[in-house]
Amino acid sequence: MPEVTSGDGDDSTPEGDVDDGVRVDMISGARMEGLTSMEKIRLILDGVREGNIVILEEGLSPDEESKLIEVTMTEISPDEFSGIEIETYPKSSTKEPGLFERLLGNETTQKLTVIGPANQIETLHKDENLISALVSRK
Amino acid sequence: MGLLTSLKDSITRVTDGLFASGEPKRIGIYGPPNAGKTTLANRIARDWTGDAVGPESHIPHETRRARRKEGVTIERDGKEVTIDIVDTPGVTTKVDYEEFLEHDMEKEDAVRRSREATEGVAEAMHWLREDVDGVIYVLDSTEDPFTQVNTMLIGIIESQELPVLILANKIDKEESDIQRIANAFPQHETIPLSALEGQNMDEVYAKIAEYFA
Repeated sequence: MPEVTSGDGDDSTPEGDVDDGVRVDMISGARMEGLTSMEKIRLILDGVREGNIVILEEGLSPDEESKLIEVTMTEISPDEFSGIEIETYPKSSTKEPGLFERLLGNETTQKLTVIGPANQIETLHKDENLISALVSRK
Repeated sequence: MGLLTSLKDSITRVTDGLFASGEPKRIGIYGPPNAGKTTLANRIARDWTGDAVGPESHIPHETRRARRKEGVTIERDGKEVTIDIVDTPGVTTKVDYEEFLEHDMEKEDAVRRSREATEGVAEAMHWLREDVDGVIYVLDSTEDPFTQVNTMLIGIIESQELPVLILANKIDKEESDIQRIANAFPQHETIPLSALEGQNMDEVYAKIAEYFA
């Protein structure tokens, strides 16, 4: 059975026999709220490099996504870590924020995001309403 | 919504005008691996300066360093723009050296190539945040455009408020589907072309002059 952690502020990492399955960390928006961009990226990559699937309730901002790609690239190492697979729902064209939402800072980055090791997660289908992925053990 | 979009476009154009100067605009050519970015960069550079930017290849990540061709002046329909073309490595979230082994490469070469590719992608992302004035986003029109990398990259470009021109490349191929790209990014205009065959380059140059002048 996958082990699920809620990330409720407790920094301890539940220990489990991860050899029996794939661990899934579901990280709430509240948990990410007080973190800097680099802390968020570190939290994600540390989990993914351990072979975990990380699910973010609220996703990352475009700038953070850009930095995540950049940092991921610097950490890729032959036979150790080949990068990440990341999936979010595509942005709906009907939900594009207007000028005033953006000026007032009301633009939301909320989008459920799934991130995993590139060699363990394969996207089977993705549309605006559904992400279907195949996750394998290391 | 339509009014707000028009207002936003107007403000963007006015802001762009305020920052316009005689300096060449640095235009990054971005897109996924094997979309034809270097073929396009070479086509533009050869058409307007007679020189090429870099070697082209069907092997992914042939371009592993951002390459620049400076001072390319493009003139169309009375509009003129001088740009520095920045041909960037194909953006991806993963690089596995074993993929290069499929192209008859020795392991040592494949590992070196993958290391250079990762450095190149990191550099390209940094350029996108710091050092480009506009983006030409190149997509292979025979491939599904609804990928995470495309979604993220277009989102990043939009968040930087950079002018972006989306090009549907490889229209010379039978499987080409321009409408699929137009549907994926309806907020942007999609220009079809074949950089390899030189098809529809007149419209591409007209749009470059219009968007980046």
